[in-house]
Amino acid sequence: MRYVLIGNSAGGIAAIEAIRECDKKGEITVISDEPRIFVRGKPHINYSRPLISYLLGEKVTLDKMPYRGEDFYKDNRVELILNRKATKLNLKKKEVVLAGDRKLPFDKLLIAAGGMPVIPEIKGLNSGGVFTFTRLADARNIKNYIRTNKVKEAVVVGGGLIGLKATEALMELKIKVVIVELADRVLSATFDKKASSIIENALGRKGCELITNNTVVEIKGKNKRAEGVILKDGKKISASLVIVAVGVRPNIELVKNTPIKTNKGILVDAFLQTNIKDIYAAGDCCEAEDLLLEMKRPIAIWPAAVRQGKIAGFNMAGARKEYPGSFAMNSVELCGIPTISVGETYPEGKGYQVLECFDQKNSVYKKIVLKNNKVVGAIFVSDIERAGIYTGLIKDKVDAASFKEHLLKEDFGLISLPKEYRKHLVAGEVAVI
Amino acid sequence: MAKRPTPTEFIIERDEGKCIACQVCVRMCSNDAHSYDPETDTVTSDSTKCVGCHFCETICPTGAIIIKRNPSEFKLNANWSAQVIRNITKQAETSGVLLTGMGCDKPYPVYWDHIVLNASQVTNPSIDPLREPMELRTYIGRKPDRIELTAHSPQSTEKNKIPSAMDYRLLTKLSPQLKLETPILFSAMSYGSISLNACISLARAAKEIGTFYNTGEGGLHKDLYEYGAHTIVQVASGRFGVHREYLEAGAAIEIKIGQGAKPGIGGHLPGEKVSEEISQTRMIPVGTDALSPAPHHDIYSIEDLKQLIFALKEATRYSKPVGVKISAVHNVAPIASGIVRAGADFVAIDGLRGGTGAAPTVIRDNVGIPIELAIAAVDNRLREEGIRNQASLIAAGGIRSSSDVIKAIALGADAVYIGTAALVAMGCNLCQRCYTGKCNWGIATQDPYLTKRLNPDIGTRRLVNLLRAWSLEIKEMLGGMGINAIESLRGNREQLRGVGLSDTDLKLLGIKPAGEAW
Amino acid sequence: MVKRIYIREEYCMGCRLCEVHCLVQHSKTKNIIKAYKGEYPKPIPRIIVEEKGYVSFALQCRHCEDAPCLEACITGAMYRDKKTGAVLCDEDKCIGCWMCIMVCPFGVISRNIEGKKIASKCDLCVGEEVPVCVKNCPNEAIVCEEEK
Ligand SMILES: Cc1cc2nc3c(=O)[nH]c(=O)nc-3n(C[C@H](O)[C@H](O)[C@H](O)COP(=O)(O)OP(=O)(O)OC[C@H]3O[C@@H](n4cnc5c(N)ncnc54)[C@H](O)[C@@H]3O)c2cc1C
Ligand code: SF4
Ligand code: SF4
Ligand code: SF4
Ligand code: SF4
Repeated sequence: MRYVLIGNSAGGIAAIEAIRECDKKGEITVISDEPRIFVRGKPHINYSRPLISYLLGEKVTLDKMPYRGEDFYKDNRVELILNRKATKLNLKKKEVVLAGDRKLPFDKLLIAAGGMPVIPEIKGLNSGGVFTFTRLADARNIKNYIRTNKVKEAVVVGGGLIGLKATEALMELKIKVVIVELADRVLSATFDKKASSIIENALGRKGCELITNNTVVEIKGKNKRAEGVILKDGKKISASLVIVAVGVRPNIELVKNTPIKTNKGILVDAFLQTNIKDIYAAGDCCEAEDLLLEMKRPIAIWPAAVRQGKIAGFNMAGARKEYPGSFAMNSVELCGIPTISVGETYPEGKGYQVLECFDQKNSVYKKIVLKNNKVVGAIFVSDIERAGIYTGLIKDKVDAASFKEHLLKEDFGLISLPKEYRKHLVAGEVAVI
Repeated sequence: MAKRPTPTEFIIERDEGKCIACQVCVRMCSNDAHSYDPETDTVTSDSTKCVGCHFCETICPTGAIIIKRNPSEFKLNANWSAQVIRNITKQAETSGVLLTGMGCDKPYPVYWDHIVLNASQVTNPSIDPLREPMELRTYIGRKPDRIELTAHSPQSTEKNKIPSAMDYRLLTKLSPQLKLETPILFSAMSYGSISLNACISLARAAKEIGTFYNTGEGGLHKDLYEYGAHTIVQVASGRFGVHREYLEAGAAIEIKIGQGAKPGIGGHLPGEKVSEEISQTRMIPVGTDALSPAPHHDIYSIEDLKQLIFALKEATRYSKPVGVKISAVHNVAPIASGIVRAGADFVAIDGLRGGTGAAPTVIRDNVGIPIELAIAAVDNRLREEGIRNQASLIAAGGIRSSSDVIKAIALGADAVYIGTAALVAMGCNLCQRCYTGKCNWGIATQDPYLTKRLNPDIGTRRLVNLLRAWSLEIKEMLGGMGINAIESLRGNREQLRGVGLSDTDLKLLGIKPAGEAW
Repeated sequence: MVKRIYIREEYCMGCRLCEVHCLVQHSKTKNIIKAYKGEYPKPIPRIIVEEKGYVSFALQCRHCEDAPCLEACITGAMYRDKKTGAVLCDEDKCIGCWMCIMVCPFGVISRNIEGKKIASKCDLCVGEEVPVCVKNCPNEAIVCEEEK
């Protein structure tokens, strides 16, 4: 059996582990277009993508970037092809064509090619000093650029997760940052106004300027160096570094012009298989079931990529496992304030009930969203300690009618749940609720 | 009215160097004697609230707490002791009857501690219980006056063959018996006075050891029915929880007339303790006081008692022993004789030091006679009347060790009941506050915060350990005397000698003074 | 062999001695008095005692078979020990992103933020024959069994 995996990150690595659990013999080949990193002469062959902002902010050194250790590929007997792009799929011959025309035949293929930064239409994007921020190379390039150009001011386009992560890193490097956000607040995709306001206030306290309901239309630069940006309303901001972080979209380049069906991302079934037999997809590049919305959509988060990679791996190796679906969630600590958001956090429409407590002064916010007495979403700011219990309730779709009034209490815990469900959780038996 | 503070009975000493303010003591004291101050991050104690149960001391992970008796002394006075002064002060304050728990704690002579045992030397060999069989099995119930056997069974027609036990058949019909693997039973402690977890521990331990526990007058909780084969069900004056299934569930029935800790008075379980479960078990409404009258209102004579005994035997088709429990009072011997003649299969006698969950202090400490004298008197009387075989004698009230057990048997008892010793095995430190319902050890309480502190697995294990240890010690002592069956020791007062007892005491106990040979 | 800790809530008396001993076990000095009075960063227990009315129980990581925290951890700090099957956190690698806290359905990971930010969770007392919480529970309200 020949397994070929495109992508050497969350999805790909999880798939390797799953395949090897079921199939000790088959050949596994992994391809990535990202290069090897050398730390003091030692090669590292994978890294954790979300850590790039920590690297930029110097909170983590390069040697702490690897997600799995050096022996991982050897132990799992994986052939690794790095720094090489897969350019074409030949479905008839069942082979992947790599840049430089090497052809890799496969019996089972996994596409875990991740996401691509969305590039908005802005004039002067190539004026130098303009970066996206999704790859290790981006972090290193930005770092070099900052050093050589002695950057003091930066503009971050986009106040989403990646934009804020970049902002934080830049502020660690004592760079003054202006965030320009098209929506009316930061983290508008996952946060509601109250949660956003806590983070906005904290950013303000740290000297970061935020401009909302606005966007950059042009970047001015000279000699491969940015000098400033012009906003939609004509306002000018001087900056020698511009980071564009307006979102990521599934990377579906490779399957364009093939019979593999796509929407925004590559469409997969409950076994993570595409419409073409033996071809699977996982991670940020695919569109799988959203457990809450009960529809297919891309959920570009690390845990979903791992889960999908794992399930795809099992199915590729012949163990039939169904993907239960994921839902949006994230945990971000910004300006020292930990936050967690899960599921439907700002519901629109009828049938929802919202429980919340808000203490702006102490930056504490807790919000629980219910629908038909089931928890479907939650936001926690500052007090996040037992957030996972709520995530569990969402995932298991537990009827919360009997303990609803305890949901917001400070001492909410497993003890607040019905005894039967609690026993089931602790004993790990099949739920009978 | 101004309340005059009485000096505290105990002092809580906290070693500040060791106290880590983990607050385990704060959480665990049911009397709220400890408290935490978050401002200073320290734990402090209020000695006035301490009842001396030592729970915090036991559980403190650094050993920072010591509970001491308050060394503050009144002027030394042989008549007016600190306790006397405290009691008067309390009553002057409250105008109430003083209540207490557990058995009499007054320094009446404990005869056990003035009796010594014999051992073999040279002329008769001692027995090693680890190498040779040693029988502790005891049967409780009426024994026949004589037994009839078939001369030879038809099979053994071969000539010259020495007949074995198998060749005989018993013709006499035996009365029902309780079979004990060791001559120790758990005495009556009702569900209500003690927690269900404590009852379960006793029941399971009885089952594991091969002996019996006693329901007391509280009925039988539904969870305890499964231990029926190791249960003695009690019928007391309140008749709580007595019904057909109850009587059928037990292996024996005991009619309770009296209790050593409170002879002549009834019982009182305050309404606060009558929870849902207890109300169901006792068959009384939730929250009402459970009052056991002092007498059974249908028993005013031995003849009345006889009627009840036979009513119960009839109700259970003569399938199980029916006994009577009385407290040891001046007339214990003739009363016991009457009871035996009334048809009881066993008589349980509870002495002056018998325990209780709640009793007026004045009764507990001043009414009744020590069990040692009662055993001797009753055994003598029944022998004299030639009816000793008609009933077994179970002695109760202050049995503290295997040596007390063996001495009781040598004095004439068939077996003993232990109550306090069993509670101590489960954790009790005899703070004597059982009646408050705040037992920190989860024993004498119905408070759900406290009852869970007694894990019946642990309770059972500790009780089983205790009975195993005592049984072993009894075997050692028996072996030392050259006796290989507890049967042969019963009433064998020649094995006992008195030390430091008066001639009258010796006469009453029917033993010789130490130093006098056979 | 995998150790599993079972909870018997009907016997938990809420004393929190399990917390005390877990804290000491994970302190530098392993001396109870020093652990409480003289260590920085202050060690924290990895077991949580939940209480409501008279019901209480101690809860620590269940070392799930299908552990969500393993999937969510973005650094690879959270890993399963091959020998014992325990889910452990490599504190050197952990960067305190709290993804694991977000997904643990038992809520048994806590933030240790006194020194370097790390996720703090039960490690089944690596190296101890019997986990110290189990050993020191005075009422056997948590018991440990080994599964093959
Ligand atoms: C700055 C940043 C912070 C983040 N923080 C968080 C966070 O806190 N929490 C969270 O849940 N998620 C976070 N994410 C998202 C998370 O990183 C992704 O969900 C996750 O990496 C998706 O994994 P994946 O395996 O699907 O794809 P990716 O990690 O995107 O990996 C794609 C892989 O495919 C390879 N590849 C792609 N195309 C080709 C090709 N044509 N030929 C060969 N190889 C190819 C790439 O080299 C790479 O190895 C963050 C992302 C970024 C950029
Ligand atoms: S030590 Fe035992 S009884 Fe005490 S809180 Fe912990 S689990 Fe409960
Ligand atoms: S930390 Fe939580 S999710 Fe992870 S193994 Fe333990 S119980 Fe399971
Ligand atoms: S806090 Fe540490 S262990 Fe938890 S997910 Fe983040 S890196 Fe992993
Ligand atoms: S097993 Fe060890 S680390 Fe885990 S909770 Fe118990 S004492 Fe703490």
